[in-house]
Amino acid sequence: MNAFFTIVQRDLLLVMRRKSEVLTALFFFVIVTSLFPLGIGADTALLRKIAPGVIWVAALLSTLLGLQRMFAADYADGTLEQLVLSPNSFTSLVFGKIVAHWLVSGLPLVLLAPVIGIQFDLDAESLRVLMAALLLGTPVLSLLGSIGAALTLGVRGGSVLMSLLILPLYIPVLIFGAGAVYASSVGLDITGHFSLLGALFILALTFVPWVSATAVKIAIE
Amino acid sequence: MTAINSSIPHSTVPILEARAITCVRGDRELFSRLDLQVSAGECLHIRGENGVGKTSLLRLLTGLAPPESGEVLWNGVPIKKESSEYHSKLLFLGHRDALKEDLTALENLRMYAAIDGIDLSDVEAFSTLWRFGLKGREDLPVNCLSAGQKKRVLMARMLTRRAQVWILDEPFNALDTQAVRELQSLIGQHLEGNGLVVLTSHQPLAISNLRVFDL
Amino acid sequence: MSNVNNLASSRVTNWFKFSSPSTFYPLAGKMIPWFWALSIIFGVAGLWISFFVAPVDAVQGQVYRIIFIHVPVSWMSMFIYLVMAAWAGLGLVFNTRLSAMMAQALAPIGAWMAFLSLWTGAFWGKPMWGAWWVWDARLTSELILLFLYLGFIALQASIDNARRADKAGAILALVGVVNVPIIYFSVKWWNTLHQGASVSLTKAPAMAQTMLWGMMLMALCLWMYSIAVGLMRVRAIILEREAHTDWVKQLNEVKS
Repeated sequence: MNAFFTIVQRDLLLVMRRKSEVLTALFFFVIVTSLFPLGIGADTALLRKIAPGVIWVAALLSTLLGLQRMFAADYADGTLEQLVLSPNSFTSLVFGKIVAHWLVSGLPLVLLAPVIGIQFDLDAESLRVLMAALLLGTPVLSLLGSIGAALTLGVRGGSVLMSLLILPLYIPVLIFGAGAVYASSVGLDITGHFSLLGALFILALTFVPWVSATAVKIAIE
Repeated sequence: MTAINSSIPHSTVPILEARAITCVRGDRELFSRLDLQVSAGECLHIRGENGVGKTSLLRLLTGLAPPESGEVLWNGVPIKKESSEYHSKLLFLGHRDALKEDLTALENLRMYAAIDGIDLSDVEAFSTLWRFGLKGREDLPVNCLSAGQKKRVLMARMLTRRAQVWILDEPFNALDTQAVRELQSLIGQHLEGNGLVVLTSHQPLAISNLRVFDL
Repeated sequence: MSNVNNLASSRVTNWFKFSSPSTFYPLAGKMIPWFWALSIIFGVAGLWISFFVAPVDAVQGQVYRIIFIHVPVSWMSMFIYLVMAAWAGLGLVFNTRLSAMMAQALAPIGAWMAFLSLWTGAFWGKPMWGAWWVWDARLTSELILLFLYLGFIALQASIDNARRADKAGAILALVGVVNVPIIYFSVKWWNTLHQGASVSLTKAPAMAQTMLWGMMLMALCLWMYSIAVGLMRVRAIILEREAHTDWVKQLNEVKS
């Protein structure tokens, strides 16, 4: 348990010492969402309709940007090997890295999203639903993303390949997450979307850390 | 290729053993059906030309990579079966320093202590760093230290880790003569304390109880 | 007593004998012509039924006959993904190279089936709804399946170390297999939520028995075809990956 918290703390500390990487991903999120009105037009009714999808897609892409960080640095300086050789469960250490990643890449999105939502003229209730959906969905993005990051460790063209591998897996989260916000904005029931998001979350939480740990060990061999 | 064994110690003595291990890297078979034994108090120096498989052999002994066939045993138990137990007694230092450049020497030591399940008091951490000449530098990020100083942080880790098995890949690389002497004496103390060491090096070594293995 | 034991053990060893690339290679070579023959037989029968026996559809006319290709290739694309993931999983669990090579051989075939499914879907859709592409649940899922195939192929292509590529691909394929039903379900959900078009067969007028037969025969044809091509590809992969071994160097094909 101590090792798990040490890893979370360590990764957060490392991010604090190199803040620029993290802030770039957040700026990306904001900039990308701003591109859509510029490309499509500022008709508020239209913007309200596309807001859930646009915000969620931007969240997916900005999470992808941050995934590179998860294992690559530790792999390059040899620390990842040391983690594999730890007497503590490697799965729990990987889970620690995923948690740290979410705290840095996912949670800020949850907090920033309402600001973007206002730009797209979403009503207050939909903004609340947006935050809740992102709160449940972004951990799943970090979890699933860790698999892609682990599989492409040290591979040429890794980041683009990683996106190709992970984006299909993100589709259910996108559908249920954006669907929840859209449903709320037109007054439909959202419980179905949230139960499915919750199910995805529990499924990912249960299996993914172990799968990613196995993938990292394969990459290290 | 079999090792030239000196007298085999009793099985009650802690012993690291490789039985008939074969290593394949890519398409090449580096070595096949290799036997190896190291017991407590012994230092095994693995020699060979570049590319012959020294690093691969070390990684097989740590359990990072599985052998194509054969097995590695710690005290008679395959390391695959009780990897947590083996890893709690193992320290592996590879080619790369495995230090986080943005963390300080002290933070690195503390981090590794927690990950390795060691209870490291502040007193011990500081005194170990000072012993290796890092007084006043404990709170500097590692990327501000010289290459030699980074190696000394690693030596501090070797001491605080309290492992029984040390597997070191070219530990004498980039060390000045004084550091080489220090490391050799550190290894000597470790062997006296019933530890085992397996290492590779291109240089001749002045360590007591040394056995050479040519790959 | 010992005779019985010998018989039993020789039967057991017989089975595992073929899990080595060197013994599987000639066996595969002998099987390929048979599968081609079966594929051609089923194909001729299936196409004959598709074009001459199945009745003309009242609503869609002759165009609908493309479903005799579209549906079987869709089935095959999903079936092959399962088989590929199974082989990859076996390779991971038992650490056998040949199982991983089978998965590697099947991936492009499955990808090709998925692509054909999308292409024939477009050719069917254009006369039906006037659009080359509709965001129907099944077509969209098929598109995502194609992405999963491409991801698997790309991953294996980018990793230089063959064994690492095998194992990494296996993990990706197994994760994919678990996700395919989830993705399919979510896409259906999305489709009903946004009331998209539907290319569902069940909505079409009741299927004549002959139509079903036609599709089954075409599916069998494609299955035999996939096995034949799969075996041909795996033989090529074996030659490539085992090029350094003695038995490969002894082969007639390699010596010439």
